[in-house]
Amino acid sequence: MITITNLWKGFGENQVLKGLNLSIKKGEIMVIIGQSGSGKSVLLKLIIGLLKPDRGEINISGCDITKLSDVELQKVRLKFSMLFQEGALFDSMTVGENVGFFLLEHTNKPRHEIFKIVKEKLKIVGLEGVEDLSPSQLSGGMRKRVALARAIATSPEIILYDEPTTGIDPIMGASINHLIRELQSHMSLTSIAVTHDMKSAYQIGDRLAMLYDGKIIEVGTPKEIKSTQNPVVHQFITGAVHGPITDS
Amino acid sequence: MGRKIAYFLEEVGGITSLFWQIILHIVRPPFKGKYIISQMLEIGVNTLPIASIMAVFTGMVLAVQTYIKLREFNAETVVGGVVAASMCKELGPVLTAIIVAGRIGSSTTAEIGSMKVTEQIDALETLAVNPIKQLACPRFIASLIMLPCLTIYTDLIGILGGYAVGVYRFSICSSIYVDNSISFVSPWDILSGLIKAFFFGMIIIVIGCYKGFTTIGGAKGVGKATTSSVVISSILILVSNYFLTVLLYQ
Repeated sequence: MITITNLWKGFGENQVLKGLNLSIKKGEIMVIIGQSGSGKSVLLKLIIGLLKPDRGEINISGCDITKLSDVELQKVRLKFSMLFQEGALFDSMTVGENVGFFLLEHTNKPRHEIFKIVKEKLKIVGLEGVEDLSPSQLSGGMRKRVALARAIATSPEIILYDEPTTGIDPIMGASINHLIRELQSHMSLTSIAVTHDMKSAYQIGDRLAMLYDGKIIEVGTPKEIKSTQNPVVHQFITGAVHGPITDS
Repeated sequence: MGRKIAYFLEEVGGITSLFWQIILHIVRPPFKGKYIISQMLEIGVNTLPIASIMAVFTGMVLAVQTYIKLREFNAETVVGGVVAASMCKELGPVLTAIIVAGRIGSSTTAEIGSMKVTEQIDALETLAVNPIKQLACPRFIASLIMLPCLTIYTDLIGILGGYAVGVYRFSICSSIYVDNSISFVSPWDILSGLIKAFFFGMIIIVIGCYKGFTTIGGAKGVGKATTSSVVISSILILVSNYFLTVLLYQ
């Protein structure tokens, strides 16, 4: 479904990705783990075309999105949705308008029908009666849920999650993880999540990939990752103070 | 020094590129009528109170100053003409533009800038909506329409302010004051003021949006971008006013 080949990306003198390779199968949840600042969010933004790579290919269903014009890219983006780290809800709109934004912009459906869909999507993420609130009236966990409702309102084929459990309490985090798995089974989506929260990674991931020094250094199921022999991956997943990551 | 020149050229290139992208997106459907109207209300209607205060007192001060000087030459009856010509040709368009740069240029940069640092601009793109089309184009169209309208309004209010001082404080005959006001101002004077306002509207929105879209660094970055937007717009308004005046009156 998604094949990333020899991907390079730098910002000035800081080379973030150095020839990254990764394949994501249709219908799976791939979790990319790695330290803060290792380039996980940059990778997501490259996959959805918000950033252009310096080199390399990103093939989505056989189409290399790095070669597309802005107009062509916008068509490909209709397949995607993204859950941003802080939700990225539009402050100037109500919760209902946020969730229904894509339908209001891209379809000719009547407003009352769109708001019926909005209510359904909010119900799926466990929120009801919040349509008329503004995003500033919501808690961190609620904002993430609303952002998730907005993401699924587009009926995407691929969802990208940027740190889905960062900044929320453990119970809300577990509930978001549960929701991501539920959506996966009901909507048969392909998902890519980036996180450094290992509990969340094990809970939601079908496969995990470790990003380190600009490359993917190991890919495997949660069970395989837990029993890894790679010292870098081992230090990261156990959170050990000493090891190749901190000693280098 | 080299780095400063490179930065300057980068900024000029970025602003020019944004300007052309706005023009390209304006002519392409869909047309965002709802957003244009809401921006017209914001730029035009909501600026009326401060524009009125600015215009009325400018007209009044102008009348006092010109009366004091012209009285020495026994020419105080032409106060109305001087006030009307100054308002229509220069003060109306320039002061209105400076006020709009402070009110709308700053709010445009602050709004788009905070959307940028909170990833709302990225969210728009992932929802297959072009941020320039969504955020810059409605403001650009609204500004091109409302700046000349506001300028007509401030011209009139300024002239009325001058009239009140001239007629009621300095006892100039009302009909002479009005006759002088009309004879001193040609239709071209009014039109040239509106042409200036049209260009100033362009400058305010393009700079405001550019500074918003290039904001980095959280709340501090938004503050810095907002200040820089108002300063650059104001300077460009004053500088371009000279060149437009030369161009329109030669």
